[in-house]
Amino acid sequence: MSILVNKDTKLVVQGITGRDGKFHTGRMTEYGTNVVAGVSPGKEGETVEGVPVFNSVENAVKATGANTSILFVPAAYAADAILEASEAGIKLVVAISEGVPIQDMIRVTPILKQNGTLLIGPNCPGLITPGEALVGILPAMIFKEGNIGFISRSGTLTYEVVNLLTLSDFGQTTVVGIGGDPVAGLYFIDLLELFENDPDTIAVVLIGEIGGDAEEQAAQYIAEKMTKPVVAFIAGQTAPPGKRMGHAGAIISSGSGTAAEKIAAFNKAGVHVAKEPAEIPELLRKKLAELK
Amino acid sequence: MKIHEYQARQIFRDYGIPVPADVLCYTVREVEKAAKELNGMVVIKAQVLTGGRGKAGGVKLARNVEEAINAGKQILGMDIKGLTVEKVLVTRAADIEKEFYVGLINDRNTKSVILMASAEGGVEIEEVAKTNPEKIIKFQINPLTGLLDYQTRNIALKLFGNAIHAQKAASILTKLYKLFIETDSTLAEINPLILTTDNEVLAIDGKMNFDDNALFRQPKILAMREPDEEEVQEIAAHEKGLSYIKLDGNIGCMVNGAGLAMATMDMIKLYGGSPANFLDIGGSSNPQKVIDAMNILLGDKNVKSVMINIFGGITRCDDVARGLIKALEIIITDVPIVVRLSGTNAEEGLAILKETGLPTVSSMSEAAKKAIELSKR
Repeated sequence: MSILVNKDTKLVVQGITGRDGKFHTGRMTEYGTNVVAGVSPGKEGETVEGVPVFNSVENAVKATGANTSILFVPAAYAADAILEASEAGIKLVVAISEGVPIQDMIRVTPILKQNGTLLIGPNCPGLITPGEALVGILPAMIFKEGNIGFISRSGTLTYEVVNLLTLSDFGQTTVVGIGGDPVAGLYFIDLLELFENDPDTIAVVLIGEIGGDAEEQAAQYIAEKMTKPVVAFIAGQTAPPGKRMGHAGAIISSGSGTAAEKIAAFNKAGVHVAKEPAEIPELLRKKLAELK
Repeated sequence: MKIHEYQARQIFRDYGIPVPADVLCYTVREVEKAAKELNGMVVIKAQVLTGGRGKAGGVKLARNVEEAINAGKQILGMDIKGLTVEKVLVTRAADIEKEFYVGLINDRNTKSVILMASAEGGVEIEEVAKTNPEKIIKFQINPLTGLLDYQTRNIALKLFGNAIHAQKAASILTKLYKLFIETDSTLAEINPLILTTDNEVLAIDGKMNFDDNALFRQPKILAMREPDEEEVQEIAAHEKGLSYIKLDGNIGCMVNGAGLAMATMDMIKLYGGSPANFLDIGGSSNPQKVIDAMNILLGDKNVKSVMINIFGGITRCDDVARGLIKALEIIITDVPIVVRLSGTNAEEGLAILKETGLPTVSSMSEAAKKAIELSKR
């Protein structure tokens, strides 16, 4: 088992004829993801990396039964593409696009809710269920099948830690990069709940960063609802206030959203916070040993 | 992106929110002229992009032209939280009966715009939130309907009590929401919104921030940008595809990815060093980016050593290594550099770099320790 994507995922790539869309379609197909369709208006009938292209998500869904979409469209058109997928009946939308205006995300939120569409991102690397499906731009070779759930607001920091886990023989059920934007789709608590309910996941690694209070909410959720151990890391302890640290959402504003607050919340919830990424496998091993 | 109070007041006026008359002044002579024109009690307000101007002595009341000149002399050129005051706003003083707070923000948790209002105006709202949170009305706006008339009416009535005052305030709330949405704002606050002794409702101070991701469709807002020295550097780096923030330390960092870049800074601190910057070069092995990044790092004279931390994902480490070598051929410097490569094809990448004699390591902690050691030489 796993969460969100698996062997049954039928993926449609929105923006498949663009440079990134084409490149990553090739990589996802190579990994074994069932990429059934691409969308690029005006290019229906063409194929990209052996995948048929349609004019609309609606046409793609009708012809192929696609249930998941990934989008590589420019930020200015991302909200439109998310809504198109949602209205066409897609159940999970993964938005890779970086730089989507906040108001656009606020406007799509109630419609996604109404249609029952789940969203990952925007400004995220996507997700992978090792051995089953890659829906994103993550480097497939560092992942390994296993029992650890993984959630992160970051991209390369995720790869850094996953690589350490894989080298320490901790494979992963599903690894989800939720993205670095302030207003995004599924967030820590949504995914913690999915991992808690996934029988194959035995523990979760959570990588947070400065900005907002999603980590504090996750800490509260873990304390109240989780039975599985969680190990965390928070990036940005040395970040100055009022500055956006690369990610649109990574900013300490009016003194709140600091790493210290987040670490304190996790400690209070009994979640062990690693001092540096290299410490994570060891903490995980300890936590799992305690369970036995 | 932030703007000055005088700019926020102009946006308020453009949307029909009543704001007292004001004049922007760069010199004491201009202050004198403005005070004469406005003819009566005026307030002189420092225009700097930071909060706490009042506490720092950057806002002064003047009863006559002479006092205005003195206030102008004191405020122009003063330092507020490291920023020099280059201009002041001279505005007609209002007779305040009562002060209120109204503001709009984007809320991450509810994924909506939230209207905040309080009868405790004129002080920092964060302070009220800490001490008397029950005194703040928070209202979540449905993005599909926007802020409706009955909603602004009810909120204004709760705040003002009096129906005539509330009607004026409700109209201001409607306008504030309209400008918030139309300018892709992330914060639009009027603090204080005042009731005057002659029953007018006026905005006498305003603060606005904007979504950087939406500036592409907000040319008028973008034209208002007045970056300070640090921001000029940050914007220049951004135009080269780099994300750069200067810090106070002496170890320069160059990293691929924002999260990893933050973790790198933290690691340097953890091992007893002090990072000179945040720098994310993004995900490519393009030598030009490395050259641009090195130029920025070495432009900071505090930098005593540089830690390059790359995790190769889709970008392979051997390509990154070749890019680094090309870049380092062009950049001549005596600042010592340590390179850490990990991930896809890391061994090949490290082997390529070894030939150049650069110190190379494969773990982040080793790299941080090495960079600290090099910075002390």
